[in-house]
Amino acid sequence: MTVEHRPTSLFGDREVALVDLLDRLLAGGVVLTGDVTISLAGIDLVRISLRALITSIGPAEPPLEVPSERMVE
Amino acid sequence: MITYLYAVGRDLERVPDVGSGGVGGGALRLVGEAGLQAVVSDVDREAFEDLDAHREDLAWLASVARAHHGVVEAVGRAHAVAPLALATVYLDDDRVRAVLRESHEAFTAVLDRVDGRDEWGVKAYVRPGAARAAAGERPSSGAAYLRARRDALRAGDAAVADAEREAEAVDAAVSALAVESRRHPPQDRSLTGRTEQMVLNGAYLVDRSAAAEVRALVEERSRTGSIDLELTGPWAPYSFAGGAA
Repeated sequence: MTVEHRPTSLFGDREVALVDLLDRLLAGGVVLTGDVTISLAGIDLVRISLRALITSIGPAEPPLEVPSERMVE
Repeated sequence: MITYLYAVGRDLERVPDVGSGGVGGGALRLVGEAGLQAVVSDVDREAFEDLDAHREDLAWLASVARAHHGVVEAVGRAHAVAPLALATVYLDDDRVRAVLRESHEAFTAVLDRVDGRDEWGVKAYVRPGAARAAAGERPSSGAAYLRARRDALRAGDAAVADAEREAEAVDAAVSALAVESRRHPPQDRSLTGRTEQMVLNGAYLVDRSAAAEVRALVEERSRTGSIDLELTGPWAPYSFAGGAA
């Protein structure tokens, strides 16, 4: 098994999987209290529709397999 | 319009070169104060005030995240950068200047910590087929089916537990090469597009001089181990800029 390496900066951010980006952006960065009080932290991405995710990730990503009921987990 | 704050640096001389601009295509500006420079752009106030309308809107979230990331990356290519949390907005540039003054120490601490370093991500997955060992003959009855199912679940649990142990060792080895490390929650299968469970979602702050070592280590572990590894990076140091400033 060779390691899969996804460059994040070589070709712009087209290569960056949205889910990896949101991991960092929703849980990282310097946290300041802005003037307009909002919080994007802690959004449960799983709850956002899969269809929306597929659309926004675009065709560069491998097709998304929706796990069916699994005998083996 | 209000002011969206992307990132802070201390040796920025010009606006980063981002073809598509900032959030909503807004033109980027630098706001300087107290030896720090904030990269900002104007954004539509309503979109950021009525956030509840957007929290569950992935297309909106994705476009803001991509724009935010584009700016942070552009700054980070040539400078130490303190990325801000997503969607940090102020009423005007004067407020940003006040924040740079008030949080000067915190920004300086973050910039010191990340200077000359990049963030790398290592994700580990249970290897496909690792849990399928227990697949037996076709069950002859309902009870046999239930037994087989129970066995299969147990084998699956064992495979995941083994993978988690191995992932802990990988995390420890990468952490030893890193200045700091942090674990993000493993991503759900519906987001990774993989059927196998993720058992590690680590972030590591690594000196640029040690990046090749990290890559070699992950490649080696992937070749010799029995979990699948994925390396991402170099990232701007998002995961290591946290904590209230």
